Amino acid sequence: MHANQTSNNNGKNKRKKMNWNKRKRNEALWGLLFVSPFIIGFLAFMFLPMMFSLIGSFTNYNITSQMDFIGLDNFIRMFTTDQLFLKSLYNTIYYVILNVPLTTAGGVFLAVLLNRNIRGITIFRTIFYLPAILSGVAVYVLWMQLLSPTSGLINLVLSFVGIDGPAWLFDPDWTKPALILMRLWSVGGAMLLYLATLQNVPRQLYESAEVDGANRFKKLWHITLPMITPIIFYDVITSTIGAFQIFQAAYVMTENGTGGPANSLLFYNLHMWNKAFVAFDMGYAMAMSLVLFAIVLVLTFINLKLAPKWVHY
Amino acid sequence: MIESSKTKYVQESDSSSSTSKTKYFKSKKKQDRNGKILVYIVLILVSVLLLSPLVWMVSTSLKPMQEIVRFPPTFIPETIVWQNYVDTVQSFPFFKYMGNTLIITIFVVLGNVLSNSFIAYGFAKIEFPGKKVLFALVLATMMVPGFVTMIPQYILFTRINWVGTYLPLIVPSFFGSAFNIFLLRQFYLSINNELIEAAKIDGANHLYIWSHLMIPLTKPALITVGIMSFNGAWNDFLGPLLYITDESMYTLQIGLQSFSNQSTTQWNYLMAGATLVLIPSILLFFFAQKYFIEGMDLTGGTKG
Repeated sequence: MHANQTSNNNGKNKRKKMNWNKRKRNEALWGLLFVSPFIIGFLAFMFLPMMFSLIGSFTNYNITSQMDFIGLDNFIRMFTTDQLFLKSLYNTIYYVILNVPLTTAGGVFLAVLLNRNIRGITIFRTIFYLPAILSGVAVYVLWMQLLSPTSGLINLVLSFVGIDGPAWLFDPDWTKPALILMRLWSVGGAMLLYLATLQNVPRQLYESAEVDGANRFKKLWHITLPMITPIIFYDVITSTIGAFQIFQAAYVMTENGTGGPANSLLFYNLHMWNKAFVAFDMGYAMAMSLVLFAIVLVLTFINLKLAPKWVHY
Repeated sequence: MIESSKTKYVQESDSSSSTSKTKYFKSKKKQDRNGKILVYIVLILVSVLLLSPLVWMVSTSLKPMQEIVRFPPTFIPETIVWQNYVDTVQSFPFFKYMGNTLIITIFVVLGNVLSNSFIAYGFAKIEFPGKKVLFALVLATMMVPGFVTMIPQYILFTRINWVGTYLPLIVPSFFGSAFNIFLLRQFYLSINNELIEAAKIDGANHLYIWSHLMIPLTKPALITVGIMSFNGAWNDFLGPLLYITDESMYTLQIGLQSFSNQSTTQWNYLMAGATLVLIPSILLFFFAQKYFIEGMDLTGGTKG
């Protein structure tokens, strides 16, 4: 009787366990079903295309007739015979080096400015953020007018203070600064990220610092900035990747991607675009895309390595 | 106008500092007030700096050409020429392109909202082996520059004869995107699991729970995703440039770009065109600002 009962219990447990296993497997299938669109999309639109690029970059593929293996020729060509490649790389690095620190500093500055409890602050937040949501050709056309040497707003304002403004998009020395100016206009996107974090900084930190006699700048340097270093870190990584992809502005503002005066706006992606979709030198363009990917990966890796030195978690 | 608003704010800051901060020392109070005035001056200066391009755009769009090239130029048009707008929408098939853009945008918004909500539910609320690795993969895809996959994607769409149709612009949005998956997953994680457990006991499966319980609950986040995808699709230039070949299928962005190539320095028309193309984004921003900001807050809060 007693023994019978135990075996009965065992059976129940076993059945329970089996049921539990079955349910777990069922649950796993549901999980896979739900994430399957991502898996399919990743394979179809990212992984397999990248594999194709990897193979194609060692060929002279031109989308219609030929796809012969040519070894490292494409990569060698970039650094030897293709004069425009290095030019485009230089232009892009120039743009990234100026763009990333300026937009980061601009975003932090605006966020610190907005992070206070005074009347009308939400109106200012709206105004600061508005340009960041505007994008596309309309913005480029607008800036082509603002930057116009004769009838543009910027040189007009400069003339009020006695400065003879440059020819911006027509002067090779000023084309890239012009684009950076345009980019700074929409710095409100980064600002919002910083602002959200700043609003979570405990007030006591500032209060106890005040007791210790800290002034505005000490508080900014020792409390505010350390608290937002993780966001700065995230912002630097994403805006570096973003800045390397500059294309649309240069394409629209140089009339169908011709590169502007003295090729000063021929950015990496513009050159790649011209190789792929104008010259149909697909193999070479795919090799270029891999080099771009490698550059971005290396920079992200360096950023990750440097992070512990300045990011406070 | 700027002057008057400045003095208004100064008065406001005056009154608030005298009521709430009486316990501070007089010198401290004075210092605070000066600081506040300085802050308002900087805030107003930055606002003028950021808004002036848009004001200038609208102002230029309403001027006759003689007034634009005149020196010194006017900030408020002396003669207002509404005809500029009429001429602009007639100089290229504006409304046809707007319709085309709208079709693409509607499908992209639909695809993004549905797919990302679906995928994010799987990552947030269901346990399955390999979930962590897969989610890390989602985040890793954010680090891949779009240009790296652009060329082979184009080759793929050429092979399946999709070039020249809207399919390459629409279909990928039905397979989720890393940023939106991340954003919605965060939102799902803030929803209590007890609700899902209770529904399961009642015999509901995950598909039912997602479509009947979760979609209503995550509405604010879905609106955020929808609005951001609307903005993205409406202003997309690269996609249509690459995949649309037939002129009758052009979008507004392509139309405006070719219009700007044809009529360089016809600033009145170009600014009218730019204004018309930007209006939907600006309106959307003012009516749904909360959702734009929530989208950013969500990521800001979790990445910090």
